[in-house]
Amino acid sequence: MYLFLRIVVVLALLGGAAFWFVTRPAGIPAETYAGLTGDPQRGESVFWAAGCASCHAAPGAGEDTRLVLAGGMSFATEFGTFHAPNISPSEAGIGGWSVADLGRAMQAGISPGGQHYYPAFPYTTYARATPQDVADLHAFMATLPPSDAQNVPHEVAFPFSWRRLLGGWKMLFFRDGWVIDTGLDETQQRGRYLVEALGHCAECHTPRNALGGIDTARWLGGAPNPSGQGNIPNITTGGLDWSAGDIAEYLKSGFTPEFDVAGGEMAEVVQNTAHLTDEDRAAIAAYLKAVPAVQ
Amino acid sequence: MKKITFAAAAMAALGIAGAAIGASHADPAIAGAIKARKATMQLYAYNLGQLGAMAKGDMEYDADAAQAAADNLVALSGLNQMAMWPQGSDNTSGAETRALPALWEDMAGVEEAAGALHTAAMSMAEVAGNGVEAIQANMGALGGGCGGCHKAYRAAD
Repeated sequence: MYLFLRIVVVLALLGGAAFWFVTRPAGIPAETYAGLTGDPQRGESVFWAAGCASCHAAPGAGEDTRLVLAGGMSFATEFGTFHAPNISPSEAGIGGWSVADLGRAMQAGISPGGQHYYPAFPYTTYARATPQDVADLHAFMATLPPSDAQNVPHEVAFPFSWRRLLGGWKMLFFRDGWVIDTGLDETQQRGRYLVEALGHCAECHTPRNALGGIDTARWLGGAPNPSGQGNIPNITTGGLDWSAGDIAEYLKSGFTPEFDVAGGEMAEVVQNTAHLTDEDRAAIAAYLKAVPAVQ
Repeated sequence: MKKITFAAAAMAALGIAGAAIGASHADPAIAGAIKARKATMQLYAYNLGQLGAMAKGDMEYDADAAQAAADNLVALSGLNQMAMWPQGSDNTSGAETRALPALWEDMAGVEEAAGALHTAAMSMAEVAGNGVEAIQANMGALGGGCGGCHKAYRAAD
């Protein structure tokens, strides 16, 4: 009897999964990236703006080793613990990837082997990036030191361990287009690109629903820390009263207006944003000032 | 018999731990050390604030004031703070501090971070009188210097 019940439960789950299967989103056609020539120098600024090193550098990497993208950092979430993979240019990493492979991974969340990635990898953000930025990033990453560190499998419990289900997740929460889509001047639009397409600020600063989808109605309005400890602050004008100059300085040196320094994950972020130009940091600040206030 | 001994030992250990927590609440030596630490941090923040306000353009650049603030940072980062960080003054002690126990477990790392901050302060002091661009160029290294300890040894808010 017990076995029979288990079979029924499994069949019911399979039925649901079939639905997800037929509704899985298509990838990105390879033509999107065809004919693009990557510029490694431009790619470096894309790299820092996209914050790749924050997750993919080895745990405890210093300023001199942050460009060895060996992976290995772990991220505890309510869905399980994810381990960032090796994305260095090596056999253990992504050495053999084409621009289109990187593009499909970053912008559709699909591996070269056709598997869905977990959205701990912020592809719903990177989907908004230009194909040229992907090509430039690809060219820059090929110049980085290789690492032969092996990837650590994610520790995710059933049913989330079933990557196929991510097709359904993508159908529900993968949205094209900008979140703030009207009323921005040129500087604010550059800031929007840096925040919404590369910087993935919203991945932590926006609350998520029960299935891990981002609540765009409370865009950048703060959220519980996925680690379970404390909160990640509201960075709209409803929660952050810093001037645009204060925000830009914080992203440059890590100093708050009270001249305390960034802590926790944000300290890692500042290590990336410190590499941006003053114009880009000012653009991020201008954009944040234009985002509707969340109370 | 063994069980009883174990239980007694556990209770004794708990008692000691309880007494230790109670003591640090009231221990004036630890409270004083934490006060001194915080006062030092206030002095950092004030002098960094002078330089930062000029860097951001919130305050007009003044070579003498910039030099004074930078020299103060050199002096502050050169203080011998040994006595201000006694054992038992971490954030598990019940005292009002965010200092993590990790700080006491990694004194070599703390020393290295403190040295890096002192170096960053000296670099700033060398050029602070040369103009606002020099200040802007050196704020990041100072921020990194502060972060050296605050990232590793301070609890999040």
